[in-house]
Formats: sequence, structure tokens, C-alpha cells
Amino acid sequence: MDLSRRGFIKLTGAGLAVSSMGALGFGSAGTALAASVRPFKLTAATETRNTCTYCSVACGILIYSQGDRAKNVKSSVIHIEGDPDHPVNRGTLCPKGAGLLDIVRAPGRLTVPKYRAAGATEWKEVSWDFALDRIATLMKQDRDANFIAKNGAGTTVNRWNTTGMLAASAASNEAAYVTFKWARALGMVTFDNQARV
Amino acid sequence: MTNTWQDIKNANVVIVMGGNAAEAHPCGFKWVVEAKIENKAKLIVVDPRFTRTASVADVYAPIRPGTDIAFLSGLMRYLLTNDAIQHEYVRAYTNASLIVKDGFAFEDGLFSGYNEEKRSYDKSSWDYELDEQGYAKSDDTWQNPRCVINLLKSHVDRYTPEMVSRICGTPQDKYLEICKLIATTSAPDKALTSLFALGWTQHSVGAQNIRAMAMVQLLLGNIGVAGGGMNALRGHSNIQGLTDIGLLSASLPGYMNMPKDSEVTFDKYMETKLFKPLRPGQTSYWQNYRKFFVSFQKAMFGSAATAENNWAYDYLPKLDVDGYDILRAFEMMNNKQMNGYICQGFNPMQAFPDRGKIRRGLSNLKYLVVMDPLDTETANFWQDYGPQNPSKPTEIQTEVFQLPTTCFAEENGTLVNSARWLQWHWKAADAPGLAKTDLWIIAGLYNRMKAMYAKDGGAFPDALLNLTWTYADPHEPEPEEVAKEMNGRALADVNDPATGAPLLKAGQQLDAFAQLRDDGTTMSGCWIFAGSFTDKGNMTARRDATDPREAGIAPNWAWAWPANRRILYNRASANPEGKAWNPAKPVIEWNGSKWVGVDVPDYGPTVKPSDSVGPFIMNQEGQARLFARGLMNEGPFPEHYEPFESPSENVLHPKVKNNPAARVFASDKEHMGASADFPYVGTTYRLTEHFHYWTKHSLINAILQPEEFVEIGEALAKEKGIEQGGWVKVSSKRGQVICKAFVTKRIKPLMVDGKPTHVIGCPIHWGFTGVARKGYGANTLTPFVGDANTNTPEFKAFLLNIEKTSAPPAVDVAQGPRDAQGVPKSLTKVGSL
Ligand code: SF4
Repeated sequence: MDLSRRGFIKLTGAGLAVSSMGALGFGSAGTALAASVRPFKLTAATETRNTCTYCSVACGILIYSQGDRAKNVKSSVIHIEGDPDHPVNRGTLCPKGAGLLDIVRAPGRLTVPKYRAAGATEWKEVSWDFALDRIATLMKQDRDANFIAKNGAGTTVNRWNTTGMLAASAASNEAAYVTFKWARALGMVTFDNQARV
Repeated sequence: MTNTWQDIKNANVVIVMGGNAAEAHPCGFKWVVEAKIENKAKLIVVDPRFTRTASVADVYAPIRPGTDIAFLSGLMRYLLTNDAIQHEYVRAYTNASLIVKDGFAFEDGLFSGYNEEKRSYDKSSWDYELDEQGYAKSDDTWQNPRCVINLLKSHVDRYTPEMVSRICGTPQDKYLEICKLIATTSAPDKALTSLFALGWTQHSVGAQNIRAMAMVQLLLGNIGVAGGGMNALRGHSNIQGLTDIGLLSASLPGYMNMPKDSEVTFDKYMETKLFKPLRPGQTSYWQNYRKFFVSFQKAMFGSAATAENNWAYDYLPKLDVDGYDILRAFEMMNNKQMNGYICQGFNPMQAFPDRGKIRRGLSNLKYLVVMDPLDTETANFWQDYGPQNPSKPTEIQTEVFQLPTTCFAEENGTLVNSARWLQWHWKAADAPGLAKTDLWIIAGLYNRMKAMYAKDGGAFPDALLNLTWTYADPHEPEPEEVAKEMNGRALADVNDPATGAPLLKAGQQLDAFAQLRDDGTTMSGCWIFAGSFTDKGNMTARRDATDPREAGIAPNWAWAWPANRRILYNRASANPEGKAWNPAKPVIEWNGSKWVGVDVPDYGPTVKPSDSVGPFIMNQEGQARLFARGLMNEGPFPEHYEPFESPSENVLHPKVKNNPAARVFASDKEHMGASADFPYVGTTYRLTEHFHYWTKHSLINAILQPEEFVEIGEALAKEKGIEQGGWVKVSSKRGQVICKAFVTKRIKPLMVDGKPTHVIGCPIHWGFTGVARKGYGANTLTPFVGDANTNTPEFKAFLLNIEKTSAPPAVDVAQGPRDAQGVPKSLTKVGSL
């Protein structure tokens, strides 16, 4: 039977035999209850395939979010579980991966750009334009003042080593590549990642 | 990883040393359990601590942190003296027979060519004797005393079982039991797999730890085969990808090198990258370097990279030092040699050694930019959080920006897992508040700076102004566009140089890196990713989990670099005639006209076995290297050096105690402790409930492991009068942590050179932001020194003292920073709960 997982859940909601619920240890009464409650919660949700953000076992996950991605509707994550089709984790998650929902919705998630002026004792919320304009200006000032076009021997070296960058370890390849292009085109050499720690 | 996660099930013996997979990589570790159940595999664990991995092991042996090379060199000695090596493999597939130059020597802890002042080697003697044609001389009979195998034998001869036990503190009987079990995998049809992680890399001899095990695997004939290999279990979800794409201090995408000052011109740069074969008829695939490089420059600079300007070689910065790694960056900040720093999803305040030095460094910056989904310690380094972060904001002149980013659930793209698979993931939800993708933020900075340079000019704007940026929306490139750019495409029609037959149409996505050209007619941002996003579509989004013969390959699930190959060096899974060493688990075999099997051949698909082309096609010899030539900084063979902070002398060569080629900054030398003051060995590690400094923001994980602690053995606890759960002060030369003690049976004193040696375990996960209780972070204690090749910090072996103390005073809530609601941020500090 060739069914997508979402389709499967919809079907189970429609009253088909719920083998996976049985496998999870629900008795027959529990099965009926689970079949009515669980699919109810998830059938209305959008299912998206993703990858655990922690270690590089890279377990497949299914993210359930509210909202059908219609325009002007902000969707939010309501449930995350292991992807049973994934050849490595086959549906399982470890204590880190099992807590993914709490990191997506962590109280420490940042929502607004903030700025702390030199010597200030607190953060100030700022606009994206303020932050990016100011950063670009600071970077250009530093680069123009300290860029090394030629070394002592007269060799063209085009390097900038007074501003540096640490690149992310959980960002996508695509974000990484664009970051690489920008940083190296500026001549940035103090450029490293988290491979070592 | 050379192999896949599922392939672990094919192993006969699994060794976990330098890692703790059951706790750090649980869903990958279940393939070890599968191997035990289905393949009757035996599991060996060697670790200072009786970990959860050890708890399911068939044999466990303790080891003193930082002495793995002694253990592994002893293991090599055991295999060589007991003739437990895979002879045919070693002879045909390694450089065992090649003859080393006369000047090469090893004496009193140093290899030939050492310069004490520079703390580095002149490596010219670490090479082969060449014949008139420039090929390495070889003696297949192994009679010549200077052939690699004989030099190796004499090098490891000092590592007798007595010596191993004296250095490592491992009981001799346990050590020999492990040697014996590992030796069984020298049978051609048996495989050992090595699973390791930061437990091997985070040492001043980290790279040589791994090399030593790789040599063991070569002697046993276990590289390239099913159930074998060297399997580095990478830490973060995309650290493999970031490394592949060259976001590393001395790298370009696809493991190419940044130009150096000495490589004055493009021709000079290429001169060091000719990779002429060192044995007759060998592939030496890096000979194609020029194609990879020119195609990369075309991806970066488009039509501004031309044959006339040497493909814009001068647009790339050159390095005047080996690399501006993280330790150098913070040393420079401390010396006021840096003005700006950008932390993208990275929290050096907790993640780097010697937090005091990190804080002082950040305080010297003019500006700091933090891009992160979470509120990190780094972004808040300037705030006064009491003893956990004693900063004085008014004295810190750093401008700090905190930019909120999306997390995995809120974006599309690929991540590379430990097994080199590029797996596409899809956006599931919108970002919270005003958070933005990294692509949007970097594009925002790029567009602003480009406009400023176009308008006002400034230092060398050419590279920035000519950077390719042909995205449909220049303010936020689509991940699909970028993925296609990394894969690469033809820029003009490309014809077969031999026959003239058309190969590629202009604009066509490349199917493989073999199509790359060095004449500017192809582009590819990261050549090893060529084939991942072709005209057939996004290969990384494939979701067919079919696994022929249940080999653990699943070739149509996502896409693996290079060329969708799942087991690296898989030609070595077959004997020289092309038959599988293990007929029950063949990977590829010669069928009379081509190589066929469950995986993509890591070899010319129609190269005949009789052509004697070696299986290690990236190497100039075509063979794997038991002798590393000049590729390692501290020697062509691994040698035991003590950690920079160690309670023991180096009993092999007292005058050369530590890695003689490791870089130590003068100011850090003063911050190294002696065993008289800090008598115990510290080591840091991760708990299964936490991931670095992220999950202390996740409520469920914070509940599971709420507060900072160290783990000590019962003997040490008794000696120091420390109770279970009691408060302790743990100190190193660099700082102190006050936290709870967890007294355990899992750590026992080791007898090292006749002295009992206690180990203190320091889980790393706490800090002063998040929902877990506030803590210092173990890196308050760790030393600022790294591996001689990679500069990975020595987090796994250093010196500590520990004293019983009383609970810290409850925090005075009138002091310290407050949150937006006016609640003191220090309210959940240690001692208040
Ligand atoms: S669920 Fe656990 S094992 Fe799987 S990727 Fe996440 S952290 Fe790693």
C-alpha cells in the first residue's frame, strides 16, 4: 500500500485498524481512545519532513504545524516526532531530539533585533534597518582602515584580519555557502567554524 | 565517517574509543546494538569513565585521558609481533613496502628536522627514496630495513604491554584481552569498525590519535569494507557541511586550500598542487585540482574570472600564518589586534577554553554581532551575572548587536550528516516575531556594503563588487538557487576533448565532478557536491529508503558526496583480483568488464584489476599511508606526548614531554597549572539529555538535567570528604567553578606509573542564560592550547583541584540585571533554589 504518512493518519482517523497504536502498547480500549484523540490533533495539522537540529546522526523528523500555509496566516509548530521512514533512525529520537518542540518554542528564542551601545548597561530593541546599516558601516570603516592589499614583500595579499567570523554549525549548506562568498569576497581571513569544539 | 550509520551493523567487532556514542549519538548507536544482536558482534569500549556505551560493552577498559596513542601504538605492536595483520591488503593497498629516505630518524621523542625555536619541523626527510623517474622505491619482500613496515615495527616496539599499562593506567589483562579481540578482524572476511568523536580530537595530539587508529584499521584490512572504516561521529547537525564548504580558517570549498603569501601567483599556487603520481600508473585524483579551482572561481566571480587575470586569483585573500583559527582569533582580541567579530549560531563564551580569556577578548572589541535563534552568553558577555559572568558593563566599550534568526523548523535547505549525506529539509513554520533567515541577514549586509563601496569606493572593492549574486530576489536568495550554484553548471557547450562529442549544453546542471573543466566553461561552488542538484532535480530530497541486500547503503535516500558514494575507498573491499574479501558482504566487485555492486565504485568504473591501480585514488601512491610523509605537523608516525597539563612525566622521553609542534601562546604558558597545585586530571564531556549550550533553553531538557555538576569517584570523594550531592569548588590555573558533586562508581582511580590518578568529569552544558539553573560552564577551567594540526582545544585532559565547600550564598536580588518585567535575571542562580 503506497500511502503518505499524512494520508495514513487521516485514514486511521477514519476508523481503520490502528496497528501502530497497538504497537505502542495501547490496549484495545486505549486504541480506540488514541485513535480518536491523536489523529484528531494531527489531521488538522500540516506535516513537514525535517531533520533534527542537534547531532549529526541527523535523525529524520516530522514536524506538525498549525495553519495550512495560507497567506497572512502565521503557522506554528505543535508537535514533532521521529520519521518512521528514515533509514537511520526509523522513527526513534533520543532525549535531545524528543525535546525539539521545546527548543522551537523556547522562552529564550529571540524575536527582535537588539543593540547595546558602548558602555551601556542594557539592551535596546532596534529595527533591522538600524542594525544592518550600523553593522555594514562599522565593517566598512574597519575594513577600509585595516585592509592589507600588499604585504611587506610587495605581494598582493588582499586580506582583512581585524574583523572575524565564526560560522554556524546548524545552518544549512545554502546559508553557509552564501556566508562563505560574502566573507571571503571581503578578504576576511579570521574565519572559522565549530568543527573543533 | 567513511561508512554509513546503518553499515555499523555489518561489523564483527566495534570499538568505541574517543567517544560515547550511546549517549552522544543514541539513534546512531542503535546500529551497534543491531550488530551485536544480528551479527554477533563484540563491542569494546575504552574510556576514562564507565559510560552508558561501556555498560553494554563486551569488554571495557579504563584509560587515563590523553594517552590513547600509547594504547594504540601498543595495539599496533601486538598486531605486528603476533602477525595478526591482513598481509595481502597491507602489501597491495598501503605504503608498507615503500622505502623511506636515509635522513629520516626518530630519537628521544623527536623526529628528524626539529627546530626548537620555531616549534616546528623541516619535514624534507619525512619522505620516500625516489628512483630516476620520480617514483617511490619499493621492496615488496619487506627485507629492506627502511621500508615503511619495518620502520613502523621499530617505532612501536617501545610500546610493550607493561609500558602501555604504565602510561595509560589500563590494567594489562584488559588491554591484552582487547588486543586479542581486535586481532580477530585481521581475517579477510572480518571487520572492525572504529567509532570516535571529540574524545579523540580534543587533545594536543588529536589528529594523531585518529591517525593511530586509522593505521590499526589499515593493518587489519578494515578500510573500504562493509562494517569497517574510520567513523568520526560529527557533533553538530551540519558541521560536516560547513567543513565541506570550506568555512574553516585555511580552506576553500571541497577541501581545497586557501592561497598563502608564499604562493605569490596562481602558477605558484598550482605548483604545490600538481600531485604527480608517486607510483607507476596511479590515478592521483587531486591532479584535477585546477578544474575544481577554476570552476570554483567561476562560481564566485563569474565573468570577472578570466584566463587573462588567472581566474581572479588575487580576489582571494592570502594567509600569512597557517590559519586564523579560533584560538588565534581570541589571542588577537586579547592583544587588541581585532576590532570586530561576528558569531553566527556560535557561542564562544561557553564553547571555547578559558572563559576568562574569551570574556577579556570580547571586551576589547569595537563591535560584536551575534546571529542566533537563542539568547546566548556571548551576546550577553558584557552583563554582570555575578560570579558566573563578572563583567562591568560601564567599562566595556563594545557595541553589541543581537540578531534573531530562524531555526531548523523555519527554513528549507540541506544539512550534511556524519555519513556525508546531504538531506533536504523543509520549512514547517514561520519564524517567531521578526526573526530572519541567515540568507536574508547575510544578503542584507552584502547589499548594503556593496552599495557603499560602489558609491564611496574604499579598500579593494573589486572582489565584492564582482561577486556573483544572480539570485531572483537579491535580498533573500532561495535555498534551491544556492544549492544549484554549489552543484555547478556548464557556462558554455562542453565537448569531449578526445572525440569532440557534445557532453553538456550551456546552462545545463552538472551530473558529476568528472565534467568539470579548467578553461572557464564550467562553474561549481563546491565540486564535491556536483551531482546533488542536477537537471533531473534535487537529489538531496530523494526519499526512497530501498536498501538492496539490506547492505546498509540505501543508495536512493538523499545524496552522499562524493558522487553519491556511501562507502569511501570501497575498491579496497575487494582483493587485487577484484573479488570481495568478504564474499558474504561484497560492496563492489569486478564482473569482467566493470565494477558492480551495492555502492558507487570509488574507482574508475572500468579500470581492470590487472592495471594495478591502487584503491586510494586520491593519494599519489594509490595506497593508504602508514607513513604520513609530511602531512602531519608532529611526525609521520604517531608518538605519545603527554597533555600540556599532566600529572605524569613522559616516561618514554622525559625531555620531550608534550607535543613539540603544538602552538602555545606565551601568555597561555603562564596559565598552565602544575600537578603540585592541581593534582587531578580533568576531562569534559556531554550528557545524553543535553546538546552543548542550546538545550538549557529547552524546558524538558532543563528539567531532565537541571544544574551544573562534576562527577568524581568514590575514592576521591572519601579522600576529600565530599558527600553525594555536596557543594564543591573545582579549580584550575584559569578559574573556578562552584557546583554540586556527583559521587559515582563510574570513575575509579587509575594506577599510572605506580601512582593512583584520579579523574574528575566535567559535563559542559551550563551557563547564565536559558531555563536551566545558572552555572559557570566547564570551559571556565579548560586550557588554551590546541592540536598541532587543527588547533582543536585540549578539552579532554587538563589539571584540576577540588575542595569541599558550602552552598554559595543566596543571591541578593537587589543586584544584577533585570529582565523586561523587572525580575532580576539572577533569580535562578545557583544557591537560590
Ligand atoms: S534525535 Fe538524538 S540521535 Fe537523533 S539527530 Fe537528534 S540528537 Fe542526534
